[in-house]
Amino acid sequence: MSRLATGGHIDRNTELAFTFDDKAYLGYAGDTLASALLANGVRQVATSIKYGRPRGIMSAGVEDANALVQIEAPFPEPMLTATTIELYDGLVARGLQGRGRLADAPDPARYDAMHAHCDLLVIGAGPSGLVCALTAARAGARVVLVDDQSEAGGSLLGSRDGLDDWVSSVITELNSLEDVRILQRTTVFGYYDDGFVLALERRTDHLGAAAQAHLARQRIWRIRSKQVIVATGAHERPVVFADSDRPGVMLAGAARTYLNRYGVLAGRKIVVFTTNDSAYEAAVELGDAGTDVTVVDARTEISQRWAAECASRGITVRAGHVVTGTSGSDRVTTAHVAPYLDGEPGARQGISCDLLLVSGGWNPTVHLYSQARGRLRYEASLGAFVPESAVTGVRVAGAAAGLFTLAGCLASGATATADVLGELGLPSTPLELPSVEAEQKPAPGLVLWAVPDKREDTEPCHQFVDLQRDSTVADILRAVGAGLTGVEHVKRYTTIGTAHDQGKTSGMIACGIMAEALSTHERHVDIASLGTTTFRPPYTSVPFAALAGRDRGEIFDPVRVTAIQPWHVAHGALFENVGQWKRPWYYPQRDPSGSVEDIESAVLRECKATRESVGMMDGSTLGKINVQGVDAGEFLDRLYTNLISSLKPGFIRYGVMCGMDGMIIDDGTVARVSDTEFVLTTTTGNAAMILDWMEEFAQTEWPELRVSLTSVTEQWVTIPLVGPRSRDVLASVAPDLDVSNEAFGFMTWRDARVAGIQARICRISFSGELAYEINVSAWDGLTVWEALFDAGQPYGITVYGTETMHVLRAEKGYPIIGQDTDGTVTPHDLGMSWVVSKKKLDFVGKRSFSRSENQRSDRKHLVGLLPVDKTVLLAEGSQLLATTDVSVSPVPMLGHVTSSYRSVALDSTFALALVRSGRERIGETLQAWHDGGLVAVTVTDPVLYDKEGARRDG
Amino acid sequence: MQLIRCPWCGSREEAEFHYGGQAHVSYPENPAELSDAEWARYVFFRDNPRGPFAERWVHSAGCRRWFNAIRDTGTHDLLAVYRIGDPRPEVAT
Repeated sequence: MSRLATGGHIDRNTELAFTFDDKAYLGYAGDTLASALLANGVRQVATSIKYGRPRGIMSAGVEDANALVQIEAPFPEPMLTATTIELYDGLVARGLQGRGRLADAPDPARYDAMHAHCDLLVIGAGPSGLVCALTAARAGARVVLVDDQSEAGGSLLGSRDGLDDWVSSVITELNSLEDVRILQRTTVFGYYDDGFVLALERRTDHLGAAAQAHLARQRIWRIRSKQVIVATGAHERPVVFADSDRPGVMLAGAARTYLNRYGVLAGRKIVVFTTNDSAYEAAVELGDAGTDVTVVDARTEISQRWAAECASRGITVRAGHVVTGTSGSDRVTTAHVAPYLDGEPGARQGISCDLLLVSGGWNPTVHLYSQARGRLRYEASLGAFVPESAVTGVRVAGAAAGLFTLAGCLASGATATADVLGELGLPSTPLELPSVEAEQKPAPGLVLWAVPDKREDTEPCHQFVDLQRDSTVADILRAVGAGLTGVEHVKRYTTIGTAHDQGKTSGMIACGIMAEALSTHERHVDIASLGTTTFRPPYTSVPFAALAGRDRGEIFDPVRVTAIQPWHVAHGALFENVGQWKRPWYYPQRDPSGSVEDIESAVLRECKATRESVGMMDGSTLGKINVQGVDAGEFLDRLYTNLISSLKPGFIRYGVMCGMDGMIIDDGTVARVSDTEFVLTTTTGNAAMILDWMEEFAQTEWPELRVSLTSVTEQWVTIPLVGPRSRDVLASVAPDLDVSNEAFGFMTWRDARVAGIQARICRISFSGELAYEINVSAWDGLTVWEALFDAGQPYGITVYGTETMHVLRAEKGYPIIGQDTDGTVTPHDLGMSWVVSKKKLDFVGKRSFSRSENQRSDRKHLVGLLPVDKTVLLAEGSQLLATTDVSVSPVPMLGHVTSSYRSVALDSTFALALVRSGRERIGETLQAWHDGGLVAVTVTDPVLYDKEGARRDG
Repeated sequence: MQLIRCPWCGSREEAEFHYGGQAHVSYPENPAELSDAEWARYVFFRDNPRGPFAERWVHSAGCRRWFNAIRDTGTHDLLAVYRIGDPRPEVAT
């Protein structure tokens, strides 16, 4: 065991049993999976994605590129890093080779979202963040403090700075303040303008099977803050050398964290390879813990303080040396050490070890600052990019700002908060900062990206840069050799920085190696000019389940149903989605033997019954807009292609609207209610768009017109009663209404009682048959529907759905806007010149009709098609050709099929199509490309049924 | 999630708004008198500058009112918002 008897933030009285790669282990409460594995002596955790090399634990946090595991139980979850999984009893996990597996069972957990608003959001509860949060909270600011660990403290958790009591006292005080919210186990993963951030809170993951099912397992926080302080610390970066990917090679700071936070010795015979002073703390603390430590420092001059500290502990320091490579099979057993002179390693010598710690310096965690469009500056002494200045509402404090002493971090938190409070107009009283050892100025670090590999027997492909992607120095050199000079290009060519960790340990190093590779004797390319790749959200992986939250399954998108929906369901309707609406598609009948009609026979039956006797359907989804005002008629004249203002109350007119470009955007009917009120209808799927369109003109183009618009779609239930016996049915339920053609003519409306309920009845027809559209309040919709259905029984009334509606209208050549048109079709193209007013001086789209492009004789026209073989149902979208020769491509296309159905009335299949110069081709035979072959079709007038309109009045 | 200041409702999240293209593009006085090219310029052509740009927005999930805004297209900063009919304000750039 590598666990120390005392120390750390773990609870040795609470043992946790877990399984990793099918072996049972024990850990303690407070462990991560990584610390528990290290405590149990497990070194190899995963296997590399491309080369299958053994990989271990390289860090103690989110930056780990190696330790990818799959959780199998209690919640299957793919591809997490062992360093970020809090250990719980019953955890079953397995190491991965680069890719996770999605669970094959549904996720039973709940996920949700919360909003928070505050004056100051502090991201990171390390020394800087705690100073910020407490100072601001005492000043009366509403503060949210977010931290990704299970407890506050940040870097203090992994150090021996002795500030544990201070951290506790700060948290206790913050918790006592009303306007403070502390979110632990919460990662801010993106900054999205104007102080808005998204964060992921892991609420019950750490409880394993003990998590209560009613609690959301994870929660997305949407936080809007007036001011933000980014105190996210820094990530240590390694140095690249041959075979640095072996298990047992670890970042120096991580080993400190395992020692001080988890009481785990990650090794007993340790080589510390560093380019800067920070790793000496690890060397000294591990030495004090009884391990055998050798320091290899690339610098020839090291600080006297650390030389003395090492000497007093018997720690050997090899200044001016580097590690050039490692040996070992599934774990490191030897570090190859060589003198380092003038950038070249000399003769190497092996030092046996079971842990090789590396520090190449620290990269400030500038992700969120950069996402807030903060500018970065390359700091050559650190070999890292640091924030250049504050951006509006966003400040950076502590190590994230490039400060690497505890005293400096505490002070920068105080400064940042004073600035924030100034902007918020709150009094700022400086916090009494905890006294910390006045640190001596560290000796300058050496910026070293990669140790040259001089061995002849080794390809540079063993010098790994991005360990998760198995990308190497050789890959970068190949990219540069291929002529790539930008960091974004090299990133994509090599895939460095594209894995789950997004290059937290590899990105900076890749920039450095690239700059060196691009530099020649004549021209030095510095990193500052190369810049970094863009820091995009999310900072760490976010489960889609969390982003989806409650918006999944039935409540993913609202479902709109009409008041008659229960009847449709009870009568076996199948539904189609039209926008958010559920519309009955057809009503398959069950015969006495129990077999159910297919769509083809159901639709033929529904069509036949409607044309021969009477049918009814639910038309309530049709968009309905109420237009009121003294200028309502003038307003509609400007939007419709035809004249509306001349319509008299009690009458209805069909109308078409076009865009400025003259293309049809919608059609429908307009009923005049009074001098100052109209009700117009729109296509079901276009209702919202047309209301917006009209509103835009009312507000922006013609604000002088007195008109107001209201959607009344959901207030009315609309029931078309269709067919030669519809008059008889209506008469039986509306005894007060004179339903004769003379008294109640086509394209008029009457108010009357239907089944005792006040109704507005419109004589309009979308089928060519005698038809009445009965409109009642949605509350009464079902009552009237059932009354009509009962009254229709003597005539065998048949309820039909949208498919039959489509067949009936297509037989009459009535287009559906959006199906038979596609935004490139004018009223003239549809053969509807009659709907375009010649009297009106202007209306939306008018001038475009006379554009030469819209006057061409070879525009596509709406026509009908009859397949020569009456049984062939053309696929909608089929291309139409004038030739049977398809051997030479491109084959000249004439147009395409827009609608295609079987017709019982025509005893044939038929189609509508847009065909170039279509009206001049009536009578011609064209070829349709259908089902991999050619089908002969005859071009006809679009009206195929009752061309003379004899059926309209019954 | 950017905040947009509706002149009627105050600051609201951008998801409540829809974009309406360039502002102050007047409908031609007499379209019938325009050449095809002049009419096409009105229908199809809009400016696309880098920097301050006067454009139309509608608070579609709020008061449903249209308004104008000056937005820096390089930074997305909204430099000014003003009501339909108000003159375009001067903005410091």
